[in-house]
Amino acid sequence: MHTMFKTRYEQDINFLTDPGKRIRVALAFVGAMALPLFVTDYFLSELAIFLCYAIAGIGLMVLLGFTGQVSFGHVAFLGIGAYAHAALLTRGVPFVIALPLAGLISGLFGAALARAVSKMHGFYFAVATLAFAIVMESVFGAAEFVTGGHMGLEVPELALFGFALIMGWQVYYLYLAILIFIIWGVANLMRAPAGRSMIAVRDSETSARSLGINIARVKVLSFFVSAAITGVAGGLMAHQLFYLSPETFNLLESLKLMLMVVVGGLGTIAGALMGAVFVSFLPNMIDGLRMILPPFLAEQSGLETFLFGGIIALFIMFEPDGLYGRWRKIRLFFETYPYYRRATFVRQKRYLKTERFR
Amino acid sequence: MEFNDILQLLLIGLSQGCGYALVAIGFVFIYRATEIVSFAHGEIMMFGAFMVLTMAELWGLGFWLGAAMGLLSMGVIGYCLDTVVMRRMIGESQASIFILTVALGLMIKALAWMIWGYSTFILIPPYHGDISLGSVVIGTDRIAVMLGTVLVCVLLWGFFSRTKVGLAMQAASQNQLAAYYSRVPVKRLVSLIWAIAAMVAALAGLLMAPITQVDTEISIFGIKAIAGAIVGGFGSIPGALLGCLIIGVAEPFLDYLYPPLKGVYAYIILLAVLFIRPEGLIPQTFQKKV
Repeated sequence: MHTMFKTRYEQDINFLTDPGKRIRVALAFVGAMALPLFVTDYFLSELAIFLCYAIAGIGLMVLLGFTGQVSFGHVAFLGIGAYAHAALLTRGVPFVIALPLAGLISGLFGAALARAVSKMHGFYFAVATLAFAIVMESVFGAAEFVTGGHMGLEVPELALFGFALIMGWQVYYLYLAILIFIIWGVANLMRAPAGRSMIAVRDSETSARSLGINIARVKVLSFFVSAAITGVAGGLMAHQLFYLSPETFNLLESLKLMLMVVVGGLGTIAGALMGAVFVSFLPNMIDGLRMILPPFLAEQSGLETFLFGGIIALFIMFEPDGLYGRWRKIRLFFETYPYYRRATFVRQKRYLKTERFR
Repeated sequence: MEFNDILQLLLIGLSQGCGYALVAIGFVFIYRATEIVSFAHGEIMMFGAFMVLTMAELWGLGFWLGAAMGLLSMGVIGYCLDTVVMRRMIGESQASIFILTVALGLMIKALAWMIWGYSTFILIPPYHGDISLGSVVIGTDRIAVMLGTVLVCVLLWGFFSRTKVGLAMQAASQNQLAAYYSRVPVKRLVSLIWAIAAMVAALAGLLMAPITQVDTEISIFGIKAIAGAIVGGFGSIPGALLGCLIIGVAEPFLDYLYPPLKGVYAYIILLAVLFIRPEGLIPQTFQKKV
């Protein structure tokens, strides 16, 4: 595989070392900027939701892909962000303050949750977040003075510095700017000591600890960042939902986020974006599948859930690097043709690595 | 609240806790043997209850034959689940395995929707009835749950400490590689453990069926059982039993005290315990000191 031989520190911290990568990112940027010229208003509102999912995916990626901690309850942070943002807006706080505040509130919830479980086996994380998401769904319903309970909460109009953003392209550019800001922030984080120690914790807690990393603190920090980004995504999503009700933030939505990150490819920012594209097109794909399948199967309402689970399971089992990993393999195949070896990417057979120590 | 009400709620809570404990036993066994935490166990329990229901009521095999066939078929399903899916994941990161089991649970649930739909079924066992102890009335099906839990615990304890296969399983769970070198068929034993765990889960589903009715939503038992197991200290059977009983007993009282959050108290207890005493009541998992 083509590896760059790094001779200077600047090369190591550079975001885009590869010239090809630079061109691709520039093309993607230009494409995203030019998109509103070509598509309809309806498609733009769909794109806005896609951007929200992409932001949430990057949030989950920080936790799951970079720190290796599983959260089944990220939808709770999406919900906290959405409700906090909407509640602040109704109380007259301007958008530019309400959105970061919503992220902060969501992040603090995440940090508090992480503090409780950060010293334990990774599995405690998974269960605590799962429990947290279930509890929060009930709390959204019960805390009527903030969330309006099951009656729902109307989200105020999107307004920036007093100008109401009503056109589809205005919303699109705002969301795109926030997404790019967050991508830039996360990329920066991942080359800073904090991000590097997250990756160390993911790869081996024991060796990270022996390098003097405070594992519990890294996990809390990672959870804070992750929940904050997801909270911001929730705040943005609130404007697209117009009306918030507790049922919106159920566990299946959480698994949708999980699907996005797993399918895209764990541990890369590009993976989160690819996953978001995949999840956005998934309903269309399922509709297409329904046409092909025999009617007794196609009319089942459980089919969508089944495919959700099935896609996650198949990716975890057969392509753990996700779509991004597949893309890398295809690229390598053409770059090194005819010398491509499948063994480059084959995972070693391993025995059970115990995490139980006495 | 009268004293009788308290006693009544206590008994109901105990039987509920035993139901959780039966599910918890299954996945604590899997965890002890393979360090895989199966988030799909509630769904396996739900599927088991449906299997028994299908065989006993819909196919008309009668309760006892249907129950036996249902448990056996769940054992086969558990065995196949390991050989086809989980065995591939040996040595993978914990995170992937959690996600995989959740995905499997989702698939099982969706499958149950497709086969049996969203409606609720009723399974009435032949021992259905009420017993009054003084002024407290308790259903025989609730007593059956408690008896079943005790019986399963004794049987499993006997199996693991007295039989050759059980001892081999213990060896495999303590050190897979060493067990492998001593000619213990680790792969087959792990599959067997999955089969046993699935059967115990199906038994839980069968015993709880008269109380909760049978629909796809009873798979929530799995998460509550995991919550119970963590409250007790994950990875130890006595801890899991204790934690599940605590959660089972506390739930009806808390539901009675503040109804708006009905149904989620198990998780609130879990989060509270994690805050105060993260290692659970009987600690089992430790981090390696460097």
